[in-house]
Amino acid sequence: MVIKQYWWKALSLVLLLYAVTYGFFVEIPQMPIIHQSMRNIFYHVGMWFGMFTMLIVSFIYSLKYLKGFDEKYDRVAIEAVNVALMFGFLGIFTGMIWANFTWGSPWVKDPKLNGAAVGLVIYLAYVILRSSVEDRHKRAKVSAVYNIFAFVLWIIFVLILPKLSSSLHPATGNDSSTPVMPMGLSPSMRTVFYPAAIGWILLGTWILQIRIRMSKIKHKIEEY
Amino acid sequence: MLLRRELTRLLLKEIKLELKQRYVINGILLYLVSTVFVTYLAFTGTITAETWNSLFWIILLFVAVNGISKSFIQESPGRHLYYYTITSPQSVVLSKILYNLLLMAILSMLALLFFVLLMGNMIQNPLLFITALLLGSLGLSSVLTMIAAIASRASNNFSLMAILSFPIVLPLLMTLMKVSGSALNSYSWAGSIPLIVILLMINVAVILLAYLLFPYLWRD
Repeated sequence: MVIKQYWWKALSLVLLLYAVTYGFFVEIPQMPIIHQSMRNIFYHVGMWFGMFTMLIVSFIYSLKYLKGFDEKYDRVAIEAVNVALMFGFLGIFTGMIWANFTWGSPWVKDPKLNGAAVGLVIYLAYVILRSSVEDRHKRAKVSAVYNIFAFVLWIIFVLILPKLSSSLHPATGNDSSTPVMPMGLSPSMRTVFYPAAIGWILLGTWILQIRIRMSKIKHKIEEY
Repeated sequence: MLLRRELTRLLLKEIKLELKQRYVINGILLYLVSTVFVTYLAFTGTITAETWNSLFWIILLFVAVNGISKSFIQESPGRHLYYYTITSPQSVVLSKILYNLLLMAILSMLALLFFVLLMGNMIQNPLLFITALLLGSLGLSSVLTMIAAIASRASNNFSLMAILSFPIVLPLLMTLMKVSGSALNSYSWAGSIPLIVILLMINVAVILLAYLLFPYLWRD
């Protein structure tokens, strides 16, 4: 992951500053139950975009690692998982605050919530798996295999679970039967939502880049 | 052709090994019996069909994890090296999956028998339930064989086996519970056909992944 340019970092900052300021002023549709808490969509959903992007990055780099056994790919894979876990926990927390307001309880039985929680458990297990293999090359290989295996099954879980039970989340596609909010963000919300989502993804990439550098340096020091 | 010959040889080897070390399979059987007995004693009074269903699958999951976790640690590393030199990794993993499928099919039938004996029979559509059990055996054996291979490469094998497999086995388990749940509640197959298709697809995906990924675990 070498991105030498700087413009995207500035873009991320600008987009996020825009989202945290204009996100509170933009006109939103009047809805029962959720009211103003709807603005959380700019921040909460962004966390999931960030997590998902990082997990895809990790998956791709695990595949790359198995192709050439180059250690730098393994480094990207684990650091991307770390960033994804951070986004995942933030996503859960922002979601819990929101759910407490609108659904009356921080945790409800909902396929999206369960999918997110299972994702976190899978990748926490991935971290534990890594720490319980001593040999560096073996660790990289075993965890890459687990990452690929787990990611595919997690995607299946996230895709089929909504078909097995109804969701409180607004409908996406053809699943879910009880939308709280008739889907479709209002045009004014879109002007904040998409920039915010891109901003969060770019911020995640930035954190990832710094983490990779840190781990590279740590590795050099250990070797020395 | 070669693959098939290797497969049958390795499968026969697994069965012989199991029959030689009777205590392993006897241990799992006793584990199964005592877990069912614990639930039988813990639940006094009547239970609903949903509780029946979830208890059954939770017990089966634990039995499966217990039974399959030994797949790759039973034999010595030296023996694995020997297999490495004479067979392809694909036939090793497929033979393990087939063997564990056999084991799980037998164990799940016994579990069902014993469970029905103690907790009462709530199944309305036995054929659908058996279908779920067989598809479940295949799914559990293929996912858990792969996880057993991963966990065998790390230290503290047993707890790793559980934490790595539980979240991953969930899509399978939830679908299975849905199918067997409808076998408890109705005679009809209509609602379950799409779920059975999903189960088949999950099984194919898992076996394909195992086939492609296992060689990387095997080479050391």
